[in-house]
Amino acid sequence: MNHADCEVFAQRWTEAIVGTSYVAMGRRMLARHLLELTQQLVEGFMAAEFDPSVGRDVGVAMVEKHFTGTDTLKETLALIAEWLPGLPTPAPPRGDVASRVAQLVGSLAAGYASALRERSLDEQDAIYRAGLRARRQAEQALAASEAKFRAMFTEAKMGIGIGDLEGNITDANPALQEMFGYTREEFTRLNVSSMVHPDDAASVWEVYGELVRGERDHFRMEKRFNRRDGGEIWTDLTVSLVRDEGGAPAYQVALLEDVSERRRLQAKLHHQAYHDPLTALANRQMVTERLDQVFAGPASQRRVGLCFLDLDGFKVVNDSLGHDVGDQLLKTVASRLTRCCGPGQLVARMGGDEFLIIVEDTGGEADMAVLADKILSALAAPVRVGGHALTVRTSIGLVERPVADTNPADLIQAADITMYQAKAGGKGRYAMFDQHRNDSEVADFTLSATMVAAVARGEFYVVYQPLVDLGQGTLRAVEALVRWRHPTLGVLGPERFIRLAEESGSIVQLGHWVLARACEQAKAWRDAFGDAAPLVSVNLAPRQLHEPSLVADVIQVLADNELDPSSLQLELTEQSLLGDDAGPLTMLTKLHGMGVRIALDDFGDGYWNLPDLRRLPLRELKLAGSFAAGLQSPCNRVDQRIVRALVDLAHALDLTVTAEGVETLAQCERFQAAGCDTGQGAWFGLPGAAEQIDALLRAAELRDAELRAADQLCNREAL
Amino acid sequence: MERSSWASDDVDIEHASPARVYDYYLGGSHNFAVDRQMARQAMELWPELPLIMQANRAFLRRSVRYLVSQGIAQFLDIGSGIPTEGNVHEVAQAVAPEARVVYVDVDPVAAAHSRTILAANQHADVVQADLRDVTAIFDHPQARRLLDPTQPIGVLMVAMLHFVPDEADPANIVGQYRKMMPPGSYLAVSHATHEGRPDQAGSHTDLYRRAGAPLTMRSRLEVEALLDGFDLVDPGVVFLPLWRPDSPADVDDHPERFTGFAAVGRCG
Ligand SMILES: C[S@@+](CC[C@H](N)C(=O)[O-])C[C@H]1O[C@@H](n2cnc3c(N)ncnc32)[C@H](O)[C@@H]1O
Repeated sequence: MNHADCEVFAQRWTEAIVGTSYVAMGRRMLARHLLELTQQLVEGFMAAEFDPSVGRDVGVAMVEKHFTGTDTLKETLALIAEWLPGLPTPAPPRGDVASRVAQLVGSLAAGYASALRERSLDEQDAIYRAGLRARRQAEQALAASEAKFRAMFTEAKMGIGIGDLEGNITDANPALQEMFGYTREEFTRLNVSSMVHPDDAASVWEVYGELVRGERDHFRMEKRFNRRDGGEIWTDLTVSLVRDEGGAPAYQVALLEDVSERRRLQAKLHHQAYHDPLTALANRQMVTERLDQVFAGPASQRRVGLCFLDLDGFKVVNDSLGHDVGDQLLKTVASRLTRCCGPGQLVARMGGDEFLIIVEDTGGEADMAVLADKILSALAAPVRVGGHALTVRTSIGLVERPVADTNPADLIQAADITMYQAKAGGKGRYAMFDQHRNDSEVADFTLSATMVAAVARGEFYVVYQPLVDLGQGTLRAVEALVRWRHPTLGVLGPERFIRLAEESGSIVQLGHWVLARACEQAKAWRDAFGDAAPLVSVNLAPRQLHEPSLVADVIQVLADNELDPSSLQLELTEQSLLGDDAGPLTMLTKLHGMGVRIALDDFGDGYWNLPDLRRLPLRELKLAGSFAAGLQSPCNRVDQRIVRALVDLAHALDLTVTAEGVETLAQCERFQAAGCDTGQGAWFGLPGAAEQIDALLRAAELRDAELRAADQLCNREAL
Repeated sequence: MERSSWASDDVDIEHASPARVYDYYLGGSHNFAVDRQMARQAMELWPELPLIMQANRAFLRRSVRYLVSQGIAQFLDIGSGIPTEGNVHEVAQAVAPEARVVYVDVDPVAAAHSRTILAANQHADVVQADLRDVTAIFDHPQARRLLDPTQPIGVLMVAMLHFVPDEADPANIVGQYRKMMPPGSYLAVSHATHEGRPDQAGSHTDLYRRAGAPLTMRSRLEVEALLDGFDLVDPGVVFLPLWRPDSPADVDDHPERFTGFAAVGRCG
């Protein structure tokens, strides 16, 4: 048997069938494989004991290698049938050849066909099974996911509802059923459109429409619903549109969370934040917000009024009858105030016993006055609390303005100030805000607030007014008077700022400063003019007499300037000594004991208390300017007699007397006639700088020198 | 829309599937009447299709053998199709018996069949997943079991990427794989093109589009771009039979008639 022949054949076979079937071999491998099959065939063909099943084996082997193309068999059979008979002998008998070829080819074809059939059936079977398995797996996965979904649906705390695009509810989970009180059955008979709540914003149903039309995929909002039992629930609602594979809207799913409790809590907190717990009126916070709203809108022509109330003497009620009674009283007042007010009027408790009413869209101040009258009469009836009949009096501040002209803070401040003015004006009444009054109070406030700094800046200075001996016409004393050289207002007299300084307490610093300044000047005069130097008289404000350090301060200032106490006089008014406090009198007694002269100023203005003259440690009485006015006319005998009586009395008590406000020669002469010791006033000289006093002192020196010279002359002549 | 992980993809055997149609082109019987009908229709228009598929499958075999020769012992075959003659694990394990293979296919039937075939094979398994779920594939228990992330890997996308439309940004997807592949790894790609037979491409893609499995044929430049970031192994991007043929005799006189490009790239 010729190997080379076989190789040639295998090569031809390869050429013939390459590409007719897919086998996992390159051409070389293919040729090698076909050579094996060729040798198998040739062996079988040549065998002494011929067995055609070799052909079958080859056919089966081909199918095993995936020679599955129909052309492969055709080409193979044709080649073999053509080639085998021509193989060189030793060969079987000639007759046998054709029969062997036919049998071999037939058996190959049959083997191939049955193997291919088997293989195809197996593969078909395999792929069907794979298809089934895949489908079953998919179904299981789906079932699992559906079971998961079901579990979620039924277990969820959140309400879940499913509906079609017409709004028919198709399913509702237990949470939703509980939330609404409907059974699943009942739900499925409902339509989404029946779930309207009267307070739904129009936008709710607009977005819902967009959703079911497929114009949006979901929306979320807080929405109210009515329960089956008529109750109301607030829900956090999310509705989503579910689309089919093609993207067309298919159905809707709603998720609902019951937020009623949170809403209630919020509402409660909101109420608490804006209301006074005792009276349930609005609180300060609410006032702020309401005013902000009033002022936020377009101002145009709007006007607004405030009514600020404070109960007079409420503290007394609280302290004497207890807080419970006080609280009851406040509640009653709150309800009476509420009854006085209508729509557009907000009653608030600002704290303590202060109430505020905001009146929107007023027509003018008259409206506020009407309201105030109404309130005053509503509060007039006594309030019965626990057996007490309490009479409530209240002070009311009113302000009313165009919204465009003001702002909330100014408005409240104005109402507040005005309420205090009402109180100061006598309680149980109302006051209307007065711009001029307010302006001057503002000016006073500004002066008062800047005074201490002004002292430090050296804006204050001291002037001196002469006190002249009525008998000899000589300078006996000077009164130190303070002035404020204000940077913008010019020179201010004491009448402009002493009262403010008293009120604010800065009088203490200011008074001390004046005392120190006057004593420095006194020393300067003493140094320059010796015993001719005048007594320096300084005013003491009532408040200063309550400073425990007053005596020590005076001692210190005197020591600083090496002054004898008797060269200082302190002037005070009777007012300073009113009251129960024994301190002032003690201090005066001490100062008096040291030798400081104490003068009672402005005697005769207001009320007089003659016994005081005796009781107090005084050295001088200053008659108020009103006496000088009385003495102006020559025929006023009564005044003249009174002055004479006072002077006599003073002298009897060992007091010197100074007449203030002496402006004319006539007055001067009459005081002189009445026995007054000294005079002060325009007739003797207006307050002026220290230099002015220097000039007077120098003139007196000259005069003395002349007199002494004249005396000497006389004496000599007399000798 | 987001693919839901709850519901598995529908198993649809009423429509032709590319995996089974391909099997039919290769002379297999792992297919249903619908698949055969579609395949015959395609072959009527383009009788050489079976030859082209054979050439593709032959490239798959050669590229696996090449990768094994380069020391690759683990493979990730994406779009592996229906197991048939010359499967990757058979080719690889014939040379390197320890070689491991993870097959990936999105077709549930192909995956189910692969699972049966591989039931007894310790070194190979299948993951049903979409090419695009890169991390899901690498994180799959089977992939973790069989693939050693520290060793180079042979990733195969043979006759696969033309099923990914441009909108899905295939270059980006391939890039994601590249980042997961340790240095020394390889990517083998074959890809349908219109450049060999522009006359046939149109009607063929129409047919696939109508069958619900749209094809995107790409030019040589586009295929090169998909392999961006890989060092192309000689001879680069070529028609299927020209990529490292077993013997000169295997190369047809008109390789362009095998209208697919083949290429293998290496990760630096
Ligand atoms: C033509 S077959 C190729 C089979 C095999 N790789 C070969 O070349 O012999 C293409 C395969 O890719 C699969 N396929 C298509 N798109 C896919 C995707 N996005 N992810 C995974 N596999 C996909 C199909 O199911 C099919 O089995």
